[in-house]
Amino acid sequence: METLFFSIVAAIAILMSILVIRCKNPINSALSLIMTFFCLATLYVMLEAPFMAAIQVIVYAGAIMVLIVFVIMLLNIRTESGRRTQHALFLGAATGLFLLFQTWYFLSRSSLTGAKGAIDSAAIAKVGHTELIGQSLFTEFLLPFEITSILLLAAIVGAVVLAKKKV
Amino acid sequence: MEIMGLPLIYYGAMILKVLLAFVFVLLTVAYATYAERKIIGHMQVRVGPNRVGPMGLLQPIADGIKLFFKEEIIPSEASKFAFLLAPLVALIPAFISFAVIPFGDVIEIAGYKIPLQIAAFADNAGTVFDLNIGVLYILAMASLGVYGIVLAGWSSNSKYSLLGGLRSSAQMISYELAAGLAIVCVFMVSQSLSLHAIVADQAGLFGWYLFRNPFTFLAGIIFFICSLAEINRTPFDLPEAETELVSGFCTEYSSMKYAMFFMAEYANMVTVCAVTTTLFLGGWQGPLPSVLNFIAKVYFLMFVCMWIRATYPRYRYDQLMKLGWKVFLPSTLFLIVGNAIWITLFK
Amino acid sequence: MLGAYLPIIVLLVVAACFGLGSVVVSSLVGQKKLSPVKLQPYECGCEPVGSAQERFSIKFYLIAMLFILFDIECVFLYPWAVLFKRLGVFGLIEMGVFVVILFVGYIYVWKKGALEWE
Repeated sequence: METLFFSIVAAIAILMSILVIRCKNPINSALSLIMTFFCLATLYVMLEAPFMAAIQVIVYAGAIMVLIVFVIMLLNIRTESGRRTQHALFLGAATGLFLLFQTWYFLSRSSLTGAKGAIDSAAIAKVGHTELIGQSLFTEFLLPFEITSILLLAAIVGAVVLAKKKV
Repeated sequence: MEIMGLPLIYYGAMILKVLLAFVFVLLTVAYATYAERKIIGHMQVRVGPNRVGPMGLLQPIADGIKLFFKEEIIPSEASKFAFLLAPLVALIPAFISFAVIPFGDVIEIAGYKIPLQIAAFADNAGTVFDLNIGVLYILAMASLGVYGIVLAGWSSNSKYSLLGGLRSSAQMISYELAAGLAIVCVFMVSQSLSLHAIVADQAGLFGWYLFRNPFTFLAGIIFFICSLAEINRTPFDLPEAETELVSGFCTEYSSMKYAMFFMAEYANMVTVCAVTTTLFLGGWQGPLPSVLNFIAKVYFLMFVCMWIRATYPRYRYDQLMKLGWKVFLPSTLFLIVGNAIWITLFK
Repeated sequence: MLGAYLPIIVLLVVAACFGLGSVVVSSLVGQKKLSPVKLQPYECGCEPVGSAQERFSIKFYLIAMLFILFDIECVFLYPWAVLFKRLGVFGLIEMGVFVVILFVGYIYVWKKGALEWE
């Protein structure tokens, strides 16, 4: 049952990501990308990582894609210019094959749904996924967490400098 | 008999709950439009709709039928796909965010415990399992509402639509931020993201998170105001500023597609009031049977929304952005700090 | 545990069917008397001038950019807030440092006038 559901969601995800690159209208591409993020969020839920699923939707689908949609509108690109070189095709195929191999490698060592490893389903159900992430984030990974704030600060400054050049 | 480790009655209850909640939201949406016209009418010493049926009670049905038979216009310059998709994108998140809100206590049917919350089930001991990221699910759905508006504005290929859509999307994301920060104060008290746990923690009037401490009180008020701005209600209904933007992002829409935006707005209002009730006003806790408590609180908040609409004039756009970014954003940050200190001191 | 997510899909299907159904049915039963002028975008009764899908102010872009950054800050606050009582004073200091650094960024944005809407 769960494997069947996984296959459906995965198929939709693949279809949508093909649409991202095949759509002539960039807005439709962006919409397909949002749908892809949704499918990813569903897969996260099936892997018993609901916090990741929520973040996937809140940050990627709800914030970053808004910016991308704005940028598409800002630049007013109507349709793609259809310029495609043989060279890029080869590079794309090579990267695609590499990623496919990587996916196969990791999937063969893991399961499609459910939680595995040191933290299993019982632990997630008992403590909660958000709490588990928080516990490791605020103890084990304290330094990366604080560095994130510096990164965000740099991004804030960058955004303002880019958009407010004359000030 | 069991499917996927759950008894069959769970699935029956699930479908029943989904349909009940859906019909409840739909009816509330329909009669909220009537109530709004009636209430604002009386506040302005008019009578409001009173021709269709007794006291105009059939007005929403008449409106619905009228919109149903209206001519469907798709502007020749529009980007068709996005134009058709936009109303659905606006409507669906508004409805499905209701899935995690607990609208009543756990009830018992034929020996099985059924929690009155769509996305939840209970074992025989009465322990409720719901989404342990419940509040984040609502935030995620709220963050999607912006697409309906931005798509509608852009795809119509009309200047008023584009300006209305842009303005209202910028407004929505600005206030989403402050609302998201105000909720942090709730998590600090509840220590959980599950809405069932949050409601269970609010027994008694002084158990309501609104009255827990001064910081959660302010957070509750800021959350409600920001939510009003996020769903484009007065005094933040800039996208519908008729004098400057005609009808904003839905200028080019007609027939049922226009009705969808309208329904989405009211469904969002129901959701926002339900979320505020759940997070700050104790959810279904109270003296009446649990569902009635919940409905009474939600309807009271909806009345407040309409009252605000009848009372306040509209903000100017620069004032609106200033309020969101320069007042609510820093003040919610200070509330979080204050709340942290308060809880640490008075444990 | 996944059982709790199933109703969301059911509700999604119900809402989508309702939305799609009512649009399709209304477009079937509605009257159709279209004319080229009726299909023009509305522009106060004048002939529409140019396309509306034009470039627009960079202010919106900046708002979206700042929104992402502060939204990510928000996301970091959620797991912290849930664990707040368990992390104790140590957690308070951690988050204090995080928020202060970002608050510096916020003050920078304010001082640069990026929050002004002129």
